[in-house]
Order: sequence, then structure tokens, then C-alpha cells
Amino acid sequence: MNTFTRAVAMVAFAATMFISTIAGAETVLLNVSYDPTRELYQELNSSFFTYWKKKTGQKITVKQSHGGSGKQARSVIDGLEADVVTLALAYDIDAVRGKGLIKPGWQKRLPHNSSPYTSTIVFLVRKGNPKNIRDWNDLVRSGVSVITPNPKTSGGARWNYLAAWGYALRQKGGSPAKAEQFVRQLFRNVPVLDSGARGATNTFVQRGLGDVLLAWENEAFLAVNELGKDKFEIITPSVSILAEPPVAVVDKVVDRRGTRAVAEAYLKYLYSPEGQAIAARHYYRPVDRKIAATGSKLPKVKLFTVDEVFGGWEKAQKTHFADGGTFDRVYAR
Amino acid sequence: MFAQKRSHLLPGLKPTLGYTVFYLSLIVLLPLSALMLKAAGLTWQEFVTTVTAPRVIASYRVTFGAALGAAAVNALFGVLVAWVLVRYTFPGKRLIDALIDLPFALPTAVAGITLATVYSSNGWIGQIIEPLGIKVAYTPRGIIVAMIFIGLPFVVRTVQPVLEELETETEEAAACLGASRLQTFTRVLLPTMLPAILTGFALAFARAIGEYGSIIFIAGNMPNISEITPLIIITKLEQFDYAGATAIAVVMLVASFTLLLGINLLQKWSRRSAA
Repeated sequence: MNTFTRAVAMVAFAATMFISTIAGAETVLLNVSYDPTRELYQELNSSFFTYWKKKTGQKITVKQSHGGSGKQARSVIDGLEADVVTLALAYDIDAVRGKGLIKPGWQKRLPHNSSPYTSTIVFLVRKGNPKNIRDWNDLVRSGVSVITPNPKTSGGARWNYLAAWGYALRQKGGSPAKAEQFVRQLFRNVPVLDSGARGATNTFVQRGLGDVLLAWENEAFLAVNELGKDKFEIITPSVSILAEPPVAVVDKVVDRRGTRAVAEAYLKYLYSPEGQAIAARHYYRPVDRKIAATGSKLPKVKLFTVDEVFGGWEKAQKTHFADGGTFDRVYAR
Repeated sequence: MFAQKRSHLLPGLKPTLGYTVFYLSLIVLLPLSALMLKAAGLTWQEFVTTVTAPRVIASYRVTFGAALGAAAVNALFGVLVAWVLVRYTFPGKRLIDALIDLPFALPTAVAGITLATVYSSNGWIGQIIEPLGIKVAYTPRGIIVAMIFIGLPFVVRTVQPVLEELETETEEAAACLGASRLQTFTRVLLPTMLPAILTGFALAFARAIGEYGSIIFIAGNMPNISEITPLIIITKLEQFDYAGATAIAVVMLVASFTLLLGINLLQKWSRRSAA
């Protein structure tokens, strides 16, 4: 490097440092979220920017980080400075809580189990529904090929699994043994276990594998809208699970960075009419009844919760997805 | 008598050796010892149960078996490619030479998605071979294909310079002395190339064992059948079971290291026997 380029590099470096110090004067929040919320939070963040600037005059930039829910939780545990976490399931936030980063009882701090929007599990089938798939019991028919990711690596797949289990359990004469039999049969129809929800969507949509994809409702709508209404249809089963992706302020981080007030306001904003309308636009089910009635076009479906049927996430995880759980038994030889 | 310090031809052995050791420790040994330390959170009994669970054992078989197969294929065809690139001139040679390195540069996930697209039942290759009863995507074969893809550059790039150094005169001399073409190849060419082939093989093998990104998209990931060990590690991490994940990682590490050491020794031996 000659003197000139070195000088230029020094100036450039100093300039970046200077700019980042100035940027530090406006508050930056980091929202660590899971994969399919990217578009939702893009819209929400710019809306929150306007809201917060009007209210306090402060400019607030919310940075986003997306990835598999479990992986994101691990990043936060390992030191990613998230002010708020907005993950796919309470279990993952509980893991962060377990490391002392979030205070116990976090799920009671915000309404509706700290889930400002909910979703459910639906079926994506090929146009015309050639295999005539209407409900969960159609998935265990022989000759039906089902695409769902591996519940051990994918948070979304855990909702799929529990939804199927809950359906079987709630049938006449249903029992845990019958439910286990049901999911065993279902997984016999699964030709590929992708590691994540997006991978499974790819397998179904791009590779043309399988007759039905178990998917988050919002992902299913996104897939249909982006990939063509002439190719896929969404089937809503008679009953499904209420998927509650929760949100929480990471206490340790916000207290150290002094961002608690704005981080809490940010999460509360999710519950405001504006936040709820944005969630509805992205095919989540808003918890606000009024917005749900007017802004959301999602079909009515009977929903059960993890707490009702499985006694909470911690327990569900232990019974079904931990090593030696019911999912492992499906594949035990 | 000559007990005084042995002097070296090149000055600066001590600082360079010191630097090498320091650098290796910082870049390789430090993270590895952190890994060992995390696994040490388990008792011996727990460790053994974790790393010998049937599903984990099945995954070793899949991973190491496929990696060996892929490295063998790469050794064979890598030599062929290197040979063609060194010995012949043809239009577009430089382009092909550059293409060899592509698997290095391509993000592995992209490679995996591309391979899955090509080999799935509606893909270019898949729609030809599936009617013949050969399924590649979402079977263990897919794993081998992905490993071959990512390992291709290693053998080519290690054998190529050796072939370039090899003068055609030696072959001519062999021919003059009455060697058949096969004899020339097995007695003259192969011994010279063998150490390089072994290095390439070892590198391709090691790379294949650690590969995750591309395989995951084409493997199907069915437990006991097409589940690779790195996936099991990810699975453990997903359950926040750091100790279990690192335990399996330690097993992979030790196995890979032993294999690499063995290949290194073999290479040394073949170099000596060639000389």
C-alpha cells in the first residue's frame, strides 16, 4: 500500500467511525425474529418510526435479524444484542429466559400470552386438489405424500406435529396412544424431512414433491400470492392449532443499553390498531377482535392452544421432541 | 564433540516456529479446546450414550461412507481432469480450468438447491434417470453427489502441478526402454502422482465429512437412512443441548483426525517408495 492509498484508507476509516458515532445518537433497536416475519417487520418498523418520531421527536431505527427460530434464540444466548425477540414459539424465548437474559413470567407481561398476532397450520395443495385432501385424516391415507419439515430442527414443524397430534387426540375415542399411532402413520407418508420451513416450501413448490404441504397460514398465503393462484390452493382443516408466536423485551440488554422505554413501546405498538392492521395485511391473525373482523379475510377455524392440549411448550417439547420423545419413537427401529 | 547447537541453513527458525505454534494455537487449538471443554460437561456415561445412540451411529455410517465414496470418485475423475488440463490444449481450456474452482466459491446452500433442482424427479437429470429406477435427490445417493461436487477441486488442484512438472521425456524414455503404455502409467506416472492424489483424496474426504449446507437440501434427511452427522449436531443444538452436540462433534473430530493422520502417513510412505 502506498502512502496515498493508506491516507485514503485512514480517512475512510475515520469517516465511518464518525458516522457510526452520529448514528449512535439516534436510538437503534435490534429485533431478533424468525424467518417468515421479514416482510411483516419491514412494514411495521417504518410505521413505528413515524409514530415514535411524532410522539417523542426521537428517530428510531429498528434493525432486523431473521433465521430459524431456535438458531436465533441461540444467537441471543450466545451474545447477540437483541433488544426484543419475536420468535416462533414460547419455548425458544423460554430458553433465553433460562439463561437469565429475560425475567421469569415474561409471557404475562403483554396481553394474549405476549402474542400480538397468531396464526395456524393449514394445508397447501396443488390446484384442483387432485387427492381430495380436506382434513387431517386425509393425510394418513395411503398414496398421499405429505411434506413437512423435521420438528427437531424446525419450530414451524413442531406446530405441524402438535396440530396433527391434537386433532387425533380430540377425535371420538382419542387417546395419546391413538394420537401417536396417527402421527406415525402420517410420517410414513413423509418422503423428505427438510430442516426448515422454507426448505419444505421449496421442496413442495419448486421440486414438485408431495401432494400436500403443512404450513403456517401466513406462509401458505405468501406462497400462493407469490407463486401463482393457478398452481396451489389453501385448504383449512376442520380444526387446527392456535400458533402463538410470542414477543419479549430482553431485560438484560435493554437495561444495559438504556432502551427499555422504546423497546417496550415497540412491542406495545404491535397491539395498536396500526400494528394489528399490518399483521392482518401479512396474513397473520390479529388478536384485536375489531381488526380481525374487518381487516382480516382469513377463514374461521376451530383452534386449540398448546396450553389446553399439551400443558404448555416446556412440557410439549419434553414429551414430543426431546431425545427419546414421541417423534423419535416414530423413527425408532 | 558436535554437541553444540545445530546451525540451520535458514536463519530465524525460532521466531518462525514460535509464530507458527502461536498462530496454530490461536486459530485451531483454542476453538477446539473450547469444544472439548463444552463436551466435558457430560459424564463419561452420558457421553458414551449420546455418541452411540442408534440414530447417531447410523449417521456416522452415512456420513463417513458417503464421504469415502465421494472422495474415491473425485480421486479417479480428478486425475483425469487434471491430466486433460495439463496435457492437451483445446479451445475453452482456460474457462474449464476456472470452472474447476467454482465449488469453492459457490455458497454451499446455493449448490445444494441447484443440485436438488437438477436431480429431483422434475429436474434435467432427474427426469431422465428416475424412469430408469435411479433416484438421486432425497436418497443417500444425493449426499454422495453433493459431496462429489464440493470435493472436485481438491484432487484436480493437487495433482495438476505435479503433472505439470512431470516431463514427457520420462515417458518417452520409458517407451524407449520397452515399457508398454500401461507399464508407463503404473510404473512411471502413478508413483509420482500418488502422493498428490492421496493429499487431494484426504482433503476432499475431510471437506465432505464437514459439509452441511449443500447436503441438507438434497439428502431427504430421513432418520437412519439419509441423515448426516452434522444434521444430528444441529438437531441437538436446536434442543439447546450444547453438551450433546459437542460430544458428537468431538467424535467426528477424532475420527477425521485419525483418518487424516493415517492418510498422511500413507502419503509419506508412498513418497518414500516412489523415490
